[in-house]
Amino acid sequence: MRNKKEKWLAFLLVSPSILAVAVFVYGFIGWTTRVSLTAWKGMIPDYTFVKLQNYIELFTNNLRFEIDIRNTLIFTVIFVFGTLLLGLASALLLDQGLRGEGIFRSLFIFPMAISYIVTGVVWRWLMNPAQGSRLSGLNLLFHTLHLDFLNSLYTATPEWGMAFIAIPAIWQLSGYTMAMYLAGLRAIPDELREAARVDGATEFEIFRYIVLPLLRPVTLSAMIILGHMSLKTFDLVIAVAGKQLPLDMPSINMWQTTFDAHLYGSGAAISILLLVSTAVLIVPYLFFSLRKEGQH
Amino acid sequence: MPKKLYVVFAVVLVAAMVLAACAKAPVATEAPAATEAPAATEAPAATEAPAATDQQLEVFSWWTGGGEAAGLEAMIAIWNTQNPDIEFINAAVAGGAGSNAKAVLATRLAAGDPPDSFQGHAGQEMIGTYVAADQLEPLDDLYEANGWYDVFPATLIPLISKDGHPYSVPVNIHRANVLWYNPKVLAEYNVAAPTDFASWLAALETLKAAGMESPLALGEAWTELHMWETVLLASAGPDLYTKLWNGEADWNDPAVLKANEDYNKLMEYVNSDYATLSWQDASKLVADGDAAFNVMGDWADGYFSGTVEGGNLGLTPNTDYAWMPVPGTQGNYDFLSDSFNLPVGAKNRDAAIKWLTLCGSKEGQDAFNPVKGSISARNDSDQSLYGVYLQSAIADWAKDVVVGSLVHGVVANDTWKNQISTDFGAFILDKDAAKFQASIVASCAQYGPCAE
Amino acid sequence: MNRSRSRYWSYIPLVFLAIFYLIPVYVMVMTGFKGGDEISIKEMWNLPNSFDFSNYKLAFEKLAPNLWNSLNVVLPAAVLSSILGSLNGYVLAKWKFKGADIIFPLILFGMFIPYQSILIPLVQVMDKLGLYGGLPGLVLVHIIYGIPITTLTFRNYYASIPNELVEAAKIDGAGMLGIYWNILLPISIPSFVVVLIWQFTQAWNDFLFSVVLTSPKNWTVTVALNNISGGQIVPWNLQMAAAVLAALPTLLVYIFLGRYFLRGMMAGSLKG
Repeated sequence: MRNKKEKWLAFLLVSPSILAVAVFVYGFIGWTTRVSLTAWKGMIPDYTFVKLQNYIELFTNNLRFEIDIRNTLIFTVIFVFGTLLLGLASALLLDQGLRGEGIFRSLFIFPMAISYIVTGVVWRWLMNPAQGSRLSGLNLLFHTLHLDFLNSLYTATPEWGMAFIAIPAIWQLSGYTMAMYLAGLRAIPDELREAARVDGATEFEIFRYIVLPLLRPVTLSAMIILGHMSLKTFDLVIAVAGKQLPLDMPSINMWQTTFDAHLYGSGAAISILLLVSTAVLIVPYLFFSLRKEGQH
Repeated sequence: MPKKLYVVFAVVLVAAMVLAACAKAPVATEAPAATEAPAATEAPAATEAPAATDQQLEVFSWWTGGGEAAGLEAMIAIWNTQNPDIEFINAAVAGGAGSNAKAVLATRLAAGDPPDSFQGHAGQEMIGTYVAADQLEPLDDLYEANGWYDVFPATLIPLISKDGHPYSVPVNIHRANVLWYNPKVLAEYNVAAPTDFASWLAALETLKAAGMESPLALGEAWTELHMWETVLLASAGPDLYTKLWNGEADWNDPAVLKANEDYNKLMEYVNSDYATLSWQDASKLVADGDAAFNVMGDWADGYFSGTVEGGNLGLTPNTDYAWMPVPGTQGNYDFLSDSFNLPVGAKNRDAAIKWLTLCGSKEGQDAFNPVKGSISARNDSDQSLYGVYLQSAIADWAKDVVVGSLVHGVVANDTWKNQISTDFGAFILDKDAAKFQASIVASCAQYGPCAE
Repeated sequence: MNRSRSRYWSYIPLVFLAIFYLIPVYVMVMTGFKGGDEISIKEMWNLPNSFDFSNYKLAFEKLAPNLWNSLNVVLPAAVLSSILGSLNGYVLAKWKFKGADIIFPLILFGMFIPYQSILIPLVQVMDKLGLYGGLPGLVLVHIIYGIPITTLTFRNYYASIPNELVEAAKIDGAGMLGIYWNILLPISIPSFVVVLIWQFTQAWNDFLFSVVLTSPKNWTVTVALNNISGGQIVPWNLQMAAAVLAALPTLLVYIFLGRYFLRGMMAGSLKG
């Protein structure tokens, strides 16, 4: 009897959140989906139903959207793996109980505190691709240090310029990933490693067969957080590269289509596609982790 | 049983909210344009008109920094002396050539909460977007009452009008087709200032052969398109150029192909890092002597000659930098203009009309423009207030053939312009002059004035 | 032996990493000291001619009112969304009503919505609620879009706490809220730190919601910062000085609370 009342209370506690999310997330997604199926163009809302016309146009002979997809893939792969690797490497380096660990930790994590509005321009300067007498930014630094082999065209690199946009993003989030990994490493009992050492395992074997598998949940969480960030990347690209076709992203395309070109239907279609690709990435993870929990 | 109830309750709740939100949104969207708007237009006449009771005036612009913000401040100062009882709310949002500002504006208009007056580029940006959606009031009475038909150039009026009604008040005139150059560099390499497009190419070739890496400075995407529109003007001439944009001429014209090919030739002389440079960075290349030429609008003059404290270069005109119309466009004035308007449903309509009157007045324009680095749209401005470059611009404005800028919103509506810049991005990548021409033919039919 | 000596070699890569993280900050801070004529991409590495604080002073004058707005938004938003997330997490982990396992992922999915695409309905709904233009509306929006991540963090943390703890308290006659207040809340302080820092950072750095939802006098610091760089001619020295100032509050939070952040994460709040 009491239990029943408490369950109602429990539901009551959560219901404001459910209500808010229902309106501000699902209501708005519903609105966007509806707009994406209309011919709305210009400042006057026009709900003429055009079926999947906006989607079909995106996928037929649309160079810009092809570039968007390609760039998203390049950016996501480089950004997610780069951040995970750097995060894991710095966590392993820091997990040895070195002096000054706290200082390094703070140094590595602080970029997360600064928004792209602030750092984007600095990165644009650093990655200036000018050669010859106008050498500047990182290239100039490398030249001064006699490291000319590191000279690069950065975002102006044909085809692969997008990969360099990932560098500032890695800079910003590798510290956070480091913290996640470090927390994961600290949670591994020392006895486990000691036991392996007694059995004659090398440090590499311990890492490969004991530490790495135990870090898998951390890697998975980090991949989800980083993955959805990379799909939504917007202000970073604009700050570093401006709005240029070779370095276009779906989010920028959507913004320009909606607010610069006033093609609301088409812009909404890009949003929905973005959301669907995020869902494809996320839903299996949610499913997997909830199922796993159920088994425990 | 009760357990099932929770599920049902939850599902129903979620579903209800989704539906409610879906159902609510469209109504709200349609409201400002379809239903509230006309009522709001009539309302002031009935209620507010007898006495000017507005306490506030909210003016929306993207003037947040540099000369344009200082110019706006100068106008606000006049406003405050003229209307001490009406608080001026400066709602200026910066960003990406007004892109953030436009998004904020779009959401405000969609919510039925327009500012009392907002900035937009005179021409199709205003007419094709906001007038087409019945979001602006015509200003015929204001133009009559203030005698603006007489003081604004006759060539300007049609560009800011639809069906014979003017919809905005231009506060300034900028010129897009200016070639900035470094006279010291030209002297050093013994190169004369170009007189036509061919001699410009020859000069670039001479400089490059003499070892200059990038004689022509260029910046990010919009500045590339900006240069293209001036090359098109040079190739087509003012008459064809204007007809191309208003749908009277065919984009398959050979002059368009030639412009694209000429553009490809120019691209052989530009700095390799152009895609990542702002227009300021590109101008700086000319100032530093790293490049000889740069095509940019005449706001560059403010950057060259403005004070060092203000973040400018503090250079001397005609010594450290010099200018001429883009070769091949002499005698043409590729203009753009910032203008203010009267949105349908403005909360403080009387105050907004006062503001527009100030915007169009000699006093307002002569306060704003010398600071902003542009010239007055009026033909009776006080020339002594303006700097060396601007005085030359005033002289040209009075005698040149006036054409409108693409990049800065005069000749193409926003949708068409956006499509052209996307196709132009592809052109920069593949340098296919014929393909780019074909894509403009297509986009003109889809979004522009060309018949299918 | 071997192992403990080799670890000192670790300082070499660590120092390189530290340089990598610090380079952009060097450029930002130094440019903030420079005069207009010293600014050029070519000379970005040079030290300023003099360490003159005038840019920083001017930047502070321009940002000061907006800094206050930001604080007024960010503090309540971070605190309230953390509390909501904690309650949600508690219920969804320990008082699962039927359907809770469906509700949870549905809430979570809200994290992934691209905010740029929902601006128009957002403004309309806020307008209908009478919250458009003011700071409370912005606070509400930050709270709502913070719910997914705060709920996730707390739910995962509470799920890792043995059910026996809750069951035992129930037998002792404690009610639902009593158990939360007396047992779970005290041990979830580390998670609160993680969530508070995260929400503080997110809300502080938000530009989009603030520029769209608030009227000029309520703009937050990021909007003011963007406006400084928004002129046709950008004074980079002033812009960089302002950028440093705008980032200071979040930086201080990380410097002073950084260790608790890590501790909080280690307390299990990140386990997916």
